[in-house]
Amino acid sequence: MKIFIKKFARMPLFLPIFSLFLVMAVNIVFDIVNGNVFYSFFTVSIKNGVLYGRLVDILNRGSEAAILAIGMTLVVSASAGADISVGSVMSLAGGMCCMLLAGFGNVNVSSYAVPLWVGIGAGILAACLCGAFNGFLVSYMNIQPMVATLILYSAGRAIGLLLCNSMIVYIRVPSFKLFGGYLGIFPTPILIAAACVAIMALILKFTALGMYVQSVGINGKAARIAGYQSRRIIFTAFVISGLCAGIAGIVAASRIYSADTNSIGLDLELDAILAVALGGNSLGGGKFRYSGSIIGAYTIQAITTTLLKLGISSAQAPVFKAVIVILIVTIQAPVVRAYFQKRASRRALETRKEAISA
Amino acid sequence: MNSNSVLLLITILLFAAMYVTGCIVYAGKGFSHLQTFLNILISNSGLICVTCGMTCVMLTGGIDISVGALIAMDCMFMAAGIESWGMPAPVLMLLVLLIGAVFGLVQGFCVGYLGIQPFIVTMAGMFFARGMTAMINTQQVTIKSSEFFVNLANLKFYIPFNIGAYANANGKLMVPYFRLPVIIALLVLLITFLLLRYTKFGRSLYAVGGNQQSAALMGLNVNRTRLSAYMLTSVLCSVGGICYCLNTMAGTTTQALGLEMDAISSAVIGGTLLTGGVGNVIGSFFGVLINGTISSLVKTNGKLVSSWSNVVTALLLCFFIILQAVFTKFKMRSRKKM
Repeated sequence: MKIFIKKFARMPLFLPIFSLFLVMAVNIVFDIVNGNVFYSFFTVSIKNGVLYGRLVDILNRGSEAAILAIGMTLVVSASAGADISVGSVMSLAGGMCCMLLAGFGNVNVSSYAVPLWVGIGAGILAACLCGAFNGFLVSYMNIQPMVATLILYSAGRAIGLLLCNSMIVYIRVPSFKLFGGYLGIFPTPILIAAACVAIMALILKFTALGMYVQSVGINGKAARIAGYQSRRIIFTAFVISGLCAGIAGIVAASRIYSADTNSIGLDLELDAILAVALGGNSLGGGKFRYSGSIIGAYTIQAITTTLLKLGISSAQAPVFKAVIVILIVTIQAPVVRAYFQKRASRRALETRKEAISA
Repeated sequence: MNSNSVLLLITILLFAAMYVTGCIVYAGKGFSHLQTFLNILISNSGLICVTCGMTCVMLTGGIDISVGALIAMDCMFMAAGIESWGMPAPVLMLLVLLIGAVFGLVQGFCVGYLGIQPFIVTMAGMFFARGMTAMINTQQVTIKSSEFFVNLANLKFYIPFNIGAYANANGKLMVPYFRLPVIIALLVLLITFLLLRYTKFGRSLYAVGGNQQSAALMGLNVNRTRLSAYMLTSVLCSVGGICYCLNTMAGTTTQALGLEMDAISSAVIGGTLLTGGVGNVIGSFFGVLINGTISSLVKTNGKLVSSWSNVVTALLLCFFIILQAVFTKFKMRSRKKM
């Protein structure tokens, strides 16, 4: 049994899966205390013609964080920093899309000013440009990633507000609600997130992108000497992060069928970074586990949903997330790791001594 | 003249150019009065304190983005302390400083001794402080019941001999004045300036930021220096929080939202290198003034939305970051030639 636990703890995906189980356990205890059956967390039913249940809710609400986590994983791995502008870029993409669809200056429309695909394309394009801007600063100007993305962290939301004339732009057209609503009985965000995750998984499987990114993250200089174009790879990682932020932004805007630039993607950058860390990836760059990040993203959403269920308001929830972040990065810290390794080796030495003396 | 003083000079010239342009363009709207300048100082007094702290932490090569949230927590703590818990204001002010010290101690420990990236640590700190603000109270709390605090906030110091005085539309003589936070902020500025220039601790901040390894070889305790830098920042930030609270007389969860961005951009515009080791608080002070002038210009215009000042500040930040990167590249090249 002890050996089994040890083996399990050494598994690469131990951290995310363990936390996911922990959250589920809290939910089950909460259900039992409230007099519900213990499996009510897992029940999925069909209400009003769509899937309904807490599990579905978590998968649905966690879509944006999961999409962001895809790009964030690459950025963290390649540049040893993080892209903290994703939340603002989401809001910018949503604002751009809604502004075009409504026609500039209109607040409330029930028909499109331009075709739907133009609006969505422009939103995603704007996000990609933001990613390219970040990537340019980081890779070609050698600026620390978090400082470079700080510019758009502040400006992105402000530009989004300017695009929407500092108002909330409503799009009351059924086809726009599709991306954040339901396709048949399935919530569309889940499908979009699943598609994004699958496409990236295929790219990582069938191209060398993952290997390039990891080698640049482990040692940029060595990778360059080995013939990789480190700068272009870091640049690509940031553009992909921007693209993901754009898609997430469109989903978020469609969910509330409006461009509420002040609140779209607020604090989501923390969720994305947290997802990467929770997935067992080092925030210091290098090797990454893609599946870990995705599980991490849904775990965080599960934590958020659970906190809300426990009666903690969304304004207070960051306290718990912050504590979790600090705990995870402390476990990952090189000093702490070295300490535990030392202790383990000392214990091994002692047992050996005992064996010899016996 | 080295590249660092060039950066400082650019900042001062930029401020002068901006202010003079504002005076000329908005002369009819009263931008050229001395009071406008004093108002910039009054409304940015908290930011001056925070930026002094930010400069210290950036000198060591770190960054602290928890400052805005910490100010919100300080303000909310003071407001709730006075209104809900009925505590005396002077005690609360000391408590706020203590909270700042403890907050900085934890962050500094994580950065200095555990070796976690400053950005991650202070980002967690930011969310923690913002969440704690909501934990204390989710509504806006206005300070009314403490006579001591209200009197402090209403203190006006008039400029002697009617310098810069002008008659308003009704013919009443308006003597320019400033408030208590300005004095606190300028004191903080002076103390930090002296601390950085003439004390062992201040010099060790530069040494650690310049090159950690050589600082360690010189016999400096790098970990402790970094820890104290974060502690100093959080304490100065709490002083800034008191200034902020004296100005706003309230605590809300959205208070000082994005202030970390203003502080960082002020320090960067003032010539503090993000990589550490270079910078001083005088430059940062001018950085704050530039920030204040931008938002004051946007306000005076009246037609522009306030998010324009965000965009302009971000553009300036971008410009100065690129300028720094170019300077650093230049230096590396000339060093290689030697």
